[in-house]
Amino acid sequence: MSSAAISLKDLDISYGDTKVVRDVSFDVATGESFALVGESGSGKSTVLKAIAGLASDWTGKISVLGKPRGHGTDRAFSETCQMVFQDPYASLHPRKTIDTVLSEPLAIHGIGKRSEKVVEMLGAVGLDQRFRFRFPHQLSGGQRQRVAIARALMLEPKVMLLDEPTSALDVSVQAEILNLLKRLRREQGLTYLMVTHNLPVVSFMCDRMAVMNKGRIVEIAPKTALYDGSFADPYTRDLYAASGGNPDAGPVILAASETKDPA
Amino acid sequence: MSTRDWLLDDSPATLTQANLGRAWRMFSALMRNPLAVAGLLIILLLLATALFAPWIAPESPVGQNLQRRLLPPSAEHWMGTDELGRDIFSRVVYGSRITLMIVALVAVISAPLGLIIGAVAGYFGGWVDRILMGLTDVFLSLPKLILALAFVAALGPGIENAIIAIAITAWPAYARIARAETLTFRNAEYIQAVRLVGGSHGRIIFRHVLPLCTSSMIVRVTLDMAGIILTAAGLGFLGLGAQPPLPEWGAMISRGRTFILDQWWVATMPGFAIILVSLGFCFLGDGLRDVLDPKQGGEK
Repeated sequence: MSSAAISLKDLDISYGDTKVVRDVSFDVATGESFALVGESGSGKSTVLKAIAGLASDWTGKISVLGKPRGHGTDRAFSETCQMVFQDPYASLHPRKTIDTVLSEPLAIHGIGKRSEKVVEMLGAVGLDQRFRFRFPHQLSGGQRQRVAIARALMLEPKVMLLDEPTSALDVSVQAEILNLLKRLRREQGLTYLMVTHNLPVVSFMCDRMAVMNKGRIVEIAPKTALYDGSFADPYTRDLYAASGGNPDAGPVILAASETKDPA
Repeated sequence: MSTRDWLLDDSPATLTQANLGRAWRMFSALMRNPLAVAGLLIILLLLATALFAPWIAPESPVGQNLQRRLLPPSAEHWMGTDELGRDIFSRVVYGSRITLMIVALVAVISAPLGLIIGAVAGYFGGWVDRILMGLTDVFLSLPKLILALAFVAALGPGIENAIIAIAITAWPAYARIARAETLTFRNAEYIQAVRLVGGSHGRIIFRHVLPLCTSSMIVRVTLDMAGIILTAAGLGFLGLGAQPPLPEWGAMISRGRTFILDQWWVATMPGFAIILVSLGFCFLGDGLRDVLDPKQGGEK
């Protein structure tokens, strides 16, 4: 599979002596938006962390854009793949201005024209220039998440790992961020691997989904399964039923289609 | 637009303006605390005294005049004279320079040392942590003054060696604090994000971890200043700190001990100075804690 942006094979991940993820294998095609769905503690965020290099205790194979991954973070990798964290209140350094946060990736990689790039990126994620020299505590949750997305995009990666990027936000703000992510993916040709427990978000954002339960993947399904409920696995059917069946009736999607992304 | 509006602008136009604005907000919060203001005034008084000592002091701190030894406080000698006829007020004024030097040098040596050792131990964890904290525990388990005494005894008495000895005994507490602070956010997402964009360990420690430790460190160092002054005075009192005829406050008390019953002012006046300055640092430290402590002050 040469076109796979992310390829996982027989991935087992442990924290200390506890094995949290077993036997995970899937491929995400270049340009695809793939969702990892499951309840809390099913190991979906851990898979993202292993790909990013933040959970280093794993066995199996991980490759991103055809290159096998090592067990830690490294500089070359950071230019191809970045991650957006779940909680925008915890993912920005409290003592750094937005400008410092955004120009740091450029400084680390010795990229010039930082000022222009920061201004351009603020525009791309729909933040006004007056936010540039503010501190994180002077921003709202949605604005912080835009900054976090902007930071991830500063190095122009091709693959984005999204760890429940909207679950810490208000419903209306969720819709804005989802629209922003959708637009950025279209404009920059990004590949998304997104963790969520919100099925409506999957049907709005993603092409395919993998359902995880207790550290294993129980089913990989196209998003069309969300419309007709054609899931094979009993656990997936339960999850689908618990989230209220056809997600197009869900409030998030209604809000998302009504709220225009201001950017 | 006034300077104040410029400082408090919600949308600063440059990094300098943003940083100055934050500093101004902290400063005005500090100014709303009366005790902190009192402390700050005492420290400023100490600074001014040290800076302008030759103009403030009416006489030389070392000029002897045996004909007027042990005179009580009067209009001519505000704090009286000591056993060699030296004006105690002049000596206290000049002594502020020595005190300030001790405090500043100890802070400059021990705070960064403790900060870096603690941050490195907390950030890396594992065996690095165990070795560095083991070393810290060794220093912590010895009584401060005794350890300082041992160092001075080994290095020889004198003000420089007293400073080194106090600095060596002061850093372990800072290392402990820095480590504890670092542990609370070493796995925070904003630190992980820097690792993800390829930041090195050195960059993370110096640019991201240390700035978060400094505020509690500043508070702690300010509160410790009183202890440092007292330790220095204690060493001086024991004859292991500043040597005569240097007008060090602890050494002055030590000299006055002989006459404490009949000529109380010889020992008491430098004692007042020590109390006042220690109190000033304590007040300022308390005020700074209210402003800087992330647990109390929010994310300001």
